[in-house]
Order: sequence, then structure tokens, then C-alpha cells
Amino acid sequence: MGEGTIFRISGPIVVSKETYDIVMNEEVRVGDEELIGEVIEINGDKAVIQVYEDTTGIRPGARVFGTGSLLSVELGPGLISQTFDGIQRPLTIIKKEHGIFIKRGAKSPPLPRNMEWDVDIHLKEGNEVHSNTIIGVVKETSIVNHKILIPPGISGKVVEIIEASSYKVDDPICIVEGEDGVKKELSLFHRWPVRKKRPFRKRFPPEEILFTGQRVIDFIFPIAKGGVAAIPGGFGTGKTVTQHSLAKWADADIIIYIGCGERGNEMAQVLEEFPLLKDPRSKKSIMERTILIANTSNMPVTARESSIYTGITIAEYYRDMGYDVALMADSTSRWAEALREISGRMEEMPAERGYPAYLGTRLAEFYERGGRMEVAEGRVGSVSIIGAVSPPGGDFSEPVTTNTKRFVRAFWVLDTRLAYSRHYPAISWTDSYSEYFDEISTWWEEQDVPIRELRGRVMEVLHEEKKLLQIVQLVGEGALPERERLTLKEAELIREGFLQQNALSVDAYCSPAKQYRMIKIILDFGEGALDLLERGVPLFKIIELPIFSEIKRMGMEIPNEKTDKFDELEGKVKEEFERLKSEYG
Amino acid sequence: MDSIYIKKHIGASEIIGPLLIVDGVMGVGFGELIEIEQKGMKRLGRVLEVEGERAVCQIFAGTSGIDRERVRVRFTGSSMKLPVSEEMVGRTFDGLGIPIDGGGDIVGEEERDINGYPLNPDAREYPRDNILSGISAIDGLATLIRGQKLPIFSGSGLPHNEIAAQIVNQAKISKEEDFYIIFAGLGIKADDASFFLRKFEEGGALGRLITFLNLADSPSVERLITPRCALTVAEYLAFKKNKHVLVIMSDLTNYCEALREVSSARGEVPSRKGYPGYLYSDLSTIYERTGRVEGKKGSITQIPILTMPNDDITHPIPDLTGYITEGQIVLSRELHQKGIYPPIDILSSLSRLMKDGIGEGHTRKDHPNLCSQLYASYSRVARVRSLATIIGEEELSETDRSYIKFGDAFEKEFLNQGKTEIRSIEDTLKLGWKILGNLPESELARVSKEEIEEYWSK
Repeated sequence: MGEGTIFRISGPIVVSKETYDIVMNEEVRVGDEELIGEVIEINGDKAVIQVYEDTTGIRPGARVFGTGSLLSVELGPGLISQTFDGIQRPLTIIKKEHGIFIKRGAKSPPLPRNMEWDVDIHLKEGNEVHSNTIIGVVKETSIVNHKILIPPGISGKVVEIIEASSYKVDDPICIVEGEDGVKKELSLFHRWPVRKKRPFRKRFPPEEILFTGQRVIDFIFPIAKGGVAAIPGGFGTGKTVTQHSLAKWADADIIIYIGCGERGNEMAQVLEEFPLLKDPRSKKSIMERTILIANTSNMPVTARESSIYTGITIAEYYRDMGYDVALMADSTSRWAEALREISGRMEEMPAERGYPAYLGTRLAEFYERGGRMEVAEGRVGSVSIIGAVSPPGGDFSEPVTTNTKRFVRAFWVLDTRLAYSRHYPAISWTDSYSEYFDEISTWWEEQDVPIRELRGRVMEVLHEEKKLLQIVQLVGEGALPERERLTLKEAELIREGFLQQNALSVDAYCSPAKQYRMIKIILDFGEGALDLLERGVPLFKIIELPIFSEIKRMGMEIPNEKTDKFDELEGKVKEEFERLKSEYG
Repeated sequence: MDSIYIKKHIGASEIIGPLLIVDGVMGVGFGELIEIEQKGMKRLGRVLEVEGERAVCQIFAGTSGIDRERVRVRFTGSSMKLPVSEEMVGRTFDGLGIPIDGGGDIVGEEERDINGYPLNPDAREYPRDNILSGISAIDGLATLIRGQKLPIFSGSGLPHNEIAAQIVNQAKISKEEDFYIIFAGLGIKADDASFFLRKFEEGGALGRLITFLNLADSPSVERLITPRCALTVAEYLAFKKNKHVLVIMSDLTNYCEALREVSSARGEVPSRKGYPGYLYSDLSTIYERTGRVEGKKGSITQIPILTMPNDDITHPIPDLTGYITEGQIVLSRELHQKGIYPPIDILSSLSRLMKDGIGEGHTRKDHPNLCSQLYASYSRVARVRSLATIIGEEELSETDRSYIKFGDAFEKEFLNQGKTEIRSIEDTLKLGWKILGNLPESELARVSKEEIEEYWSK
């Protein structure tokens, strides 16, 4: 295996000379403490290595050793409900072994070696196998059946099944003989290089909604299973809260949450809160389908760079089992800054605002690993990616935002002004977009929701409001005709009663049926009120009705399953409107 | 065991700004502490980069007066360590952690690496208990939580020092527990430093205070070390001695300037406004040394103060800070000119962690809704005021006029308070309800009917 001698140290970047037998992106060990590093450039006998741990105290002359494999993650049962750092070190185990601080050189295998798994083996001796054939199934958690797969690149005939009552992850389970006659022993897990996408057969267009329980997303700017979306927003606009809501409530089978260069206390919140929450479909703790990757801002910047790849590789692995996986990356800007920092230390020529010229390529590589794919005969899985973007100074013309925009199809802009007036989620209805709406509208239509018509009306009212508010700014609301003031009131209902959603109440998750009932009540109210105006009822009579504020609060007050309460509310609107009609009729 | 690594060397090859470049030393460790000596004067420094036999070192006290050929450089073989003990309470240190109050050296119970280590996110505990400052705007609307980092974004000429001093003197935690305050002055004026010390003395906080002072005329590079010294002591007190520690640092802008100075002397590729691309990562290694840890009773809370250059909140320093800290308290020049103290612009201020540290069992059950109502109503005030400037106040609707009244009361009665006035949380909430009396009941959509009946009075 390769070796070299350290010669230069600058922060997380070290350079070795007299290096031989080392390949690009190989995982290496640096110095006596065997710090984990990766080769990122080779120039003659010099190798540039990024080190995933603090390099303080490393001296020229220290040795570097190759490991013979590319920087990889371990894929197998035992991943779910764990928390890893950016290079897949298991943080809970590290804590038990090394205390509250992450000291240098702390290592432990990501998949616990002492756990025993019952495997329901599907293969028989003599079976032909190829990439992604299912060897057997393990119950990883009460809701996830973990399929043990033939690793990509291996095919041939099963020559032996090693029967056992239970297996540890590194116990052999079967032996496969390739066409070349070489026998390979397989166990419950395998390694896969993080920077290499896992192969698949075919890419399908997205068609099913990734239902998130967030009205402004599902109804206005939806995302598909296998879709890619970005959430840009300045600080304090609620990126993380939105990402948390998606991780909690999206109807994916597996959730990968990457805290990339963000706050430690936020990860603490996730770790404390998620185990207590129940998935609305399975009624089990959402941790039973969640994997966390926590590389907070003060952890080594190089591991922040790799955290995104560690996350997406694990996501692809569960996709290969046929699952719908949703990956949240908070925040991709911190990842891009890590790229910039490393690039600067390598003295590369900077492009825009100091970012390396390959920023766009790297972003594209990452987002293109999302999608809905056929991975084996008749098995389809998907990876949806939702990346947060933190533009400096809230300036959306900066390189990370503009480059991200090129590769995502849904763009949820968080608006500082909305956030300041405590309108959450602060997703702007004027600047956001989703290209998935057309593909997904059939999903709503199958449930008898005339989504195109309803959404069209919502956008029309909000657009009208924007125009009217410019006039109000100049002359005051009182100067508008009643009909236009009604539009303002209807827009107020849409904004406060529908688009706003309190992440801390019963409204945190809104079912499709509830979304439909809510918007229908609001739009019917608008229509009925217009009819009343035409019959000569003054506007103030309509909006002083207690149902006006009741409609605003319905999301908070009516739980998903209490549909009779919506019947009641609808009845009340009708009744009150009839009363006004007869009063003025 | 480090002794085999100690290396001595005479002469340097280059001196650029605060940097000293030494050639011909083999085996110098990245990040290690160095001592240089010239005519009996000792200065400390740190190795920033090593390449073969060449070491780039940063001298904390600056390089002025150094003779390139005669300077004696001693590489200590280990990174900078600070002796820490509980005896540091009540003492004053310079920016490198050396006592300057004439009280003798500190005998450390242990020595700690000032750079610390990142906390394992899995070991953290989510912060839930508040620290009350006795200031209505903070306690009521942007409550400080134990384990939080909540910066004050100020501008030159605004009274951030007064507010900081007031928080130090008045801060109390709900239960009777040991509570220490660490104050780190980063490049502050001598006047400001004596102002702080006087205020602390007046407030009787000296007995629980540790001070680190790097003054405006102290070497600028030294202030890259000062916050790390302060936080090293804080970690020792919080996680070894189970104490609650509040760390106040002023002014982080000076810290970032020093970082930029070193970066540009090294010829690094700058990012925005000449600040280095790693400003975010560097700041995070300060701010993230905050929090609570499972199994330990102590906590570290930070209030970094920074002046926004040109009052620009999108400047890289406040911007990157805001992305790391859990909210911010923003001071407003306009309120200050109106004579309001403390001039806290609550609409752009935010405490991200307050939702879990207020309400029943923490402050009072109506606190969350009252806070939300005050925010919502005051955000409407700004719109009504701008409308009034266009169409005149007389043309406003009755409801809008009530907002003008509410806005004035909010600023003059709720925000405004004396520099030594301590308002209990009950008084703050009572005052909040009182000023809501200026609005008609139909405008109070964020508080419940029961709360209106119990607390609200017309």
C-alpha cells in the first residue's frame, strides 16, 4: 500500500512528498494519531491530502499511509436512527468512548459489529445474481425491512449459502462465483466510495407527489418523489424549521437529514425531538426511518465537505432497496464555503467571489444524484433532495444560489419581510416556483381535488392583492372600492388562514383532505361575500362576522381527523351569509 | 513528553506585518506556540503554516522592533495552553490570559488547550432555561436562554456597552445556582474598559466576574487569542465545575478585522470585503463553544457584541454571525435618536431558543402569546406610520390611529427603561398587556379569549 512523507501543513490541507502507490481520492492515514484524510490532488510525487480532523501538532516528516480504498461509507443494517459525522463516524458511540468533546483520532466502525441480525434469505445455491439482487431481508426497525443487496459490480452464480441463526454485519452470508471463476464472499454490508454515484438501470420522470403536510408546498409549489428542490433564505427566515418540518412529515420511507456546517443546538433539538414524534402513516417514532448526519460549523471543514456525499450515498443505497428516500441538506452554502476554503488553501485560481470555478459542476453532480430510478428488474426507488441555501446578506445573485437554481426544479424562496412579520413558513408566493406542478396535479385530481382551478384562484387573488397594496400604500385602504377591499380580505384569509402554518401546533402536519377543505372554505367565503356585496351588504358587516377570524384560526384549531368540524364551519358560513342576505334582501 | 520537540532558532528570513517567517527549522508542528525574544523582551506567537523547513508564524504582540537577524525563536512543541482554576474568579487578565491586576500568577488546577475541541453534537442537551436580564425588551420579546449564543448587533455611538453592563449586573437565573460572568474586551477603548470595570464594581458583580482585556492599542493579533482564553475558562467552569457561565465579548468586529489583517499579510485569496473565506468557520469555533451537555449541570451562554460597519446588517461580520448564533438583538439608531433606552429594534431581533424557555413553568403561561401579539401589532405600527406620513394622521381609520398610540406607548413605556432599572418578568408582562390596552379587542388575534379576560384591560 502507498506511503508518503508530510512536507507542508496549512490548516486542514497537508502535502506529502516522495509519495508512491497512492490513487486519487484514496483514503489515507496521517501521522501517529492516524488522522483520516483523502487524496485530492496528485502532482508528481506530491500528494495534496485533505484531513478530516484537526491537524494541530502535525509536523513535516510525519508519515502518510494509503488504505488501498477510496473514501467510502459502510452500507448495511444498523444505519437507521444513528447519528454520524461527515465521514460516517458514529457520534453516539464516539461519545460513549471519548466523552463530550470529539478529540482527534477518535474512531469506531459506523455499523455496530456486535449486533446480531436475523436474515430471511431469499437466494438458493445455483441462483444467478447480479447488481442489486436481494440476498435476504433484515428487519432493521419496526418499519424498515432492510434488503441485503448484491453490491453493484458483482454478478455470477451463488455457489454457497452460509446458513446461521443470526449474523453480525461482517459475518459471511453467501459466496458468489463470477463468470471469470473468481469466488467472492459477501456479508451483510459492503463499502461504497462516496464520490461515485451508485449505478441504476433507468431514470423515470417523477410523477408521484412527495407529500409534506405543508400547505404552501403541497398545494402551491409541490415537489415530486425523486424531485430536487432548494430553499434559499437569509438568516432568521426559518430554513431550518422548514427543513425540520419536511424531515418530520414528508411521506418518504427513509429520511436522511444532513446538518452541514450548522448549529450544534439545532442538532441537539433534532436528537431530542424526533424520537418523540410519530409518523402520521405508520404511527411509529420518526427516528425509525431517519438517519442523521451532523457536522456542525465548528467541526472540521473538510468533513463538512464530505458530509453531503456521505448522505447522498446512504440515500442511494436505500433507493436501491426500492424505497422512496428524502434527503435534506442544511445548508449547501456551508458545503460550498468548505469547497472555497479548501480550494483557497490549495492556492487554486478563484472564480466568482472566491469560489472555485468547479462550484457549478459539483452542485450539478450532487443534485443529479436525485431522481426516480429503476434499480433492478421491477424495482423502482427514488431519492428526493431538498437543499437549503444561505445567501450572504440575503443576496440571491451570489454564486451558490444562482448555480443551485440551474439544477433544481422547485425553488422555495424564504422572504425576510414575511419572516419579520412572523409569517411562517416564510415561503414567498411571488418568487418561488415549482416545475413539478403539472406532473403532480393528477395526484390531486385522482382524489377529486380540482387543484388547477383552486390553485389558479389562489394565485390570482394574491397577485391582485400585490397590485392593490401598492395603491393602498399611496392612498390608504379606505379609498378603495368595496369590491377591491374584499379582495384584500380574501387574500388576508389565504395568507393567514391557509399559507401560514404553525409548526408547533396540531397544524404542524396537514393532511390532503384538510388542505382541500381549508382552501375550499376560504374561496367559498370569498365568492359568497362577493355575492353579498352585489346585493348591497356593506363589507364591514361581512368581515365583522366571528366566522371571519374563525376561518383564520381553523388550521390551528381543527385536527386532521375532525372533518365534521369543517362541515360545521361550512354550515356556519352558509347560515350567516343567508342571514345577511335576508337582512338586506 | 513534548520536550523533545522544543526547538530553538536564531534569526528569521522575512517579517511581513504580524508574520514572522523562519527558515531552516525542521519538524515544527502546525499550530504550535512559539516564544520570541529580543533584548530580553518576550513575545508569544503561533505557527500558521509549515512547509518543509519553513514556518510561517504569527506574533500576537506584533513584530514592530524585531531585528530579523538577531531574534531568538523558541518553538515550544505544543499548542497554546492556559492554566485554569476557580481562583480566576474576581481577577483581571490581559488578552493572552496573563494577570494584570497585580494579584499574582494563577496556579492552574489544570492546563487546557485554548483552541478546545468541538462538542460532540450527540452529547449536547437542548437549552431550555432562561436567564432574566431585568430588561423588558429582552426578557419579554427576545428572552435569553442558558446555553444560547445571542449577539447584540450595534453601531458606533449606540449604547451597547451600557446594555452589556446592565445585563451583567442584573442577570439572574431562576434557581439559586452558582453563576459566573466572563467579560472579554476585544480591542475596546481604554475609556470603555474603565467604564465596564466601574459598572461591574457599582453593580456588585465583581465577585463573580472574570475579565480579559485586549485594548484598542493592544496588539491587534492578540485579540485572536482573547476569546479563546475566555471560552477555555468558561468550558472548565461549566463542564468541569458545573457552573453556569455567561460570556460577554465586545467587540467582535475588532476580532474580525484582526483576522483579515493576518489573512492579507499571508496573501490569501479574499472572499467578501477582503475577509478570508474561512471567516464563517473561524467564528463558529468561537460561537459554538456554547451550550449545555448531558450529564453536566453547567452551561455556557454567550452575548457577543459587534458594531455593524456603517449600520449595515448585510456586512459579512453580522451576516455570518447571524447564521451561527441563535438569533440576534439589533439596536436601532432611530430609536436611539428618539431618546429611547435601550434602543432595541425588536422587529429585526429574534431569540430562536426562547420558545422553549418561556411560558408555563418558565415565566408565565401567557408569555408566548403576548410576545407574539406585541410583535405582530408593532410590525403593523411601522406600516401605519408610513401611511400617516403620506396621507396625514387625521385621514387614518380609527383602528389605524389606535396603532399609532400603541406604537408610541410601546416605545416610550415598554422599551424605554432606566439604565439601572430592574423589571421583574411579571412587571414586563403586565406592562405588555397595559400597552395592548391602546388597541381594540378585535385586533388581538394572537392571544386567547381567556388571556384577554384575565390580563387585558382597556
